[in-house]
Amino acid sequence: MDLFAHLKELCAAPGVSGYEGRVREVIAKAWKPLTAEVRADRLGSLWAIRPGHGPAPRPRLMLAAHMDTIGLMVTMIEGEFLRVVSIGGIDARVMPGQPVTVHGRRDLSGLVVQPDDFLLPKAHREGVVPVSELLVDCGLPAAQLAELVQVGDVISFAQTPIELQNGLLAANRLDNRASVAAVTVCLNELQTRPHFWDVTAVATVQEETRLLGAITSAFELQPQLAIAIDVTWGSGPGTRDYADKVFDLGEGPTLGFGPNVHPQLHAALKAVADRLEISYKLEPMAAHSGTDAFGMQIARAGVPTAVIGLPLRNMHTPVEVIAVKDVQRAGRLLAEFIAGLDSKFMDSLQLD
Amino acid sequence: MPRPIAQKTGTQSKPPASSPDLDFVARLSNAVAVSGDESAVRKLILDVIRPHVDEMKVDALGNVLAVKRSRSRNAQRMLVAAHMDEIGFMVTGHDSDGSLKFDVVGGVDERILPGKPVLVRAESGLLRGVIGVAPIHLLNSEQRNSVVKVKALRIDLGVENAEAAKKLVKAGDRGTFATEFRTLGEGAEQSLCGKALDNRLGCATLVELLQNGPYPCELHAAFTVQEEVGLRGARVIGYAVNPAAAFVLDCTPARDLPPSLEERENIHYNTRLGLGPAIYVADPSTLHDRRLIRYLEATAQKAGLPYQIRQPGGGSTDAGAIHLARAGIPSVSVSVPARYLHTPAALARLADWRNTVALIQAALAGWSAKVLA
Repeated sequence: MDLFAHLKELCAAPGVSGYEGRVREVIAKAWKPLTAEVRADRLGSLWAIRPGHGPAPRPRLMLAAHMDTIGLMVTMIEGEFLRVVSIGGIDARVMPGQPVTVHGRRDLSGLVVQPDDFLLPKAHREGVVPVSELLVDCGLPAAQLAELVQVGDVISFAQTPIELQNGLLAANRLDNRASVAAVTVCLNELQTRPHFWDVTAVATVQEETRLLGAITSAFELQPQLAIAIDVTWGSGPGTRDYADKVFDLGEGPTLGFGPNVHPQLHAALKAVADRLEISYKLEPMAAHSGTDAFGMQIARAGVPTAVIGLPLRNMHTPVEVIAVKDVQRAGRLLAEFIAGLDSKFMDSLQLD
Repeated sequence: MPRPIAQKTGTQSKPPASSPDLDFVARLSNAVAVSGDESAVRKLILDVIRPHVDEMKVDALGNVLAVKRSRSRNAQRMLVAAHMDEIGFMVTGHDSDGSLKFDVVGGVDERILPGKPVLVRAESGLLRGVIGVAPIHLLNSEQRNSVVKVKALRIDLGVENAEAAKKLVKAGDRGTFATEFRTLGEGAEQSLCGKALDNRLGCATLVELLQNGPYPCELHAAFTVQEEVGLRGARVIGYAVNPAAAFVLDCTPARDLPPSLEERENIHYNTRLGLGPAIYVADPSTLHDRRLIRYLEATAQKAGLPYQIRQPGGGSTDAGAIHLARAGIPSVSVSVPARYLHTPAALARLADWRNTVALIQAALAGWSAKVLA
């Protein structure tokens, strides 16, 4: 498969938290040929099911990669301009001048703009202008804008993907479409790898706001194991003071460990990576992992969880940067781990 | 001469006078030509004006000077100038992680730099990069609300170390925002959106004036360099051409955005989109020639073209240099109003640009020595 093309296609599809319909279609199209069944659950998370070859009832593994993204929502229409509010953790520092799509009656191109200082409240004339003071301009006259847009419409980023040097890709929404692509790589590898367990890949909804898809899908699916695949902080410009928290791009995915991660499941993933010489880094996660694992871990009576991270530069900006080979490695690691799961694996997860 | 009072916000301009060449505007807007490195735009312009002019040359600073002769005898020389350069950055050094240090060129608000894709014009061609920032998750609330200074920002090409970066880009290379030109909306109210509309719209206007004509005056077109760093190219144009008068074509900010609740109303809008070409009266470097202002107003009224008077205030044009040349050159500036100049993407109304072309075209067509009498 052409991973660059797949990533670009995924990053081009909008999917602001709660409005994941467009990207769900793109993912469903990619996962359908790789699985036995693809369907959306009650809240919109997409399930793709690969039955294992073990005797029924088989144990189930859940892979979770959230498909939603941060974005904006219209709060007010003021003449030719829209006032907006954040959905998820928007970085106001990068917003002025960003191209966006306003999902009104039809999709409208627009720009996030920062009014001149004299138009801002005095408190915001120096420093970063907060999202509440930014405007969106669609280049339309007031009457036309009022006809096409209403309060509550969502707004997504519209930056075009850019291929940088050394196999790096810059794009909006790589958080977390990079992980969705890693799952695609995994499902693709499993086409030629027999596996005992059932595998359900879930592209979850509303992670950026409250991990909603992970919590609800894990409840319904009742997996024996669950792995969250999400982006983690990559080293790059501006991160020199956070050397202990960031990971170099191109050095492989991270394997998280901490209270959100089952230590034996973590050890099993690490063993597979070591055996196959797949590069990886260990990522300490002292408390909340900031991923779907946090939600899946406490579904029903509890699920052993693990976290695989993809180092990403400039997280939560429209120019997030990923090393495409890290995506490939994460997908391969998942596939190899799944191929090695047998009927006795759960017995190996003894805590003490 | 009285001015019409039809200048309220929301008044719509007339539909475009003729079908414009938006492909050429797009090529001009997308070209990377930061002050002092204007060759990409210069080349586009030289290629397109060649069949339409009687003389053309590039002067010692890089200004393009072209002449379209008149059929009238004793025709006066008229200078029409538009700057080619745009704001951007210059690479100043290499960081150990392979990223590039840079300085801004021209008036750039550093608050608009982070999180933007850029193009670097290196010897090997145009390279793509991004201006990154540390993720907000790692920052405390004070850091999240602090502007990242230019000296802390880096351009990331994706290379792994300084050595590899030096093979691609050297200190002194220039670049700017990577923004593809596009149009928004439709029909008479269509908007143009792209980088460097300041002043590629002025360049496009001047090209069109050369394609049309001849005029009762001898048209001396000057596409100037280094306007954004102090009107440098324009300093020598007035001397070289020695015209009877000069029209300077530029883009001026439309700051017609709604004010915050603290402000009563927006009293410093400068210009407004949709109200037509903006005629200058006064800016920090020029008191524009009263006779030329009146002539442009009369011309607009006669042709039924909308226009607006730019609020006197900050923001100079090449007129600031041209009107001081030799024994003094009567000059006036006319700008296309545009929002968000000097950011990754400016926004102008197609109709405002078309009406600017129509106004200057009519002013040249109707020119006589009596205007200055």
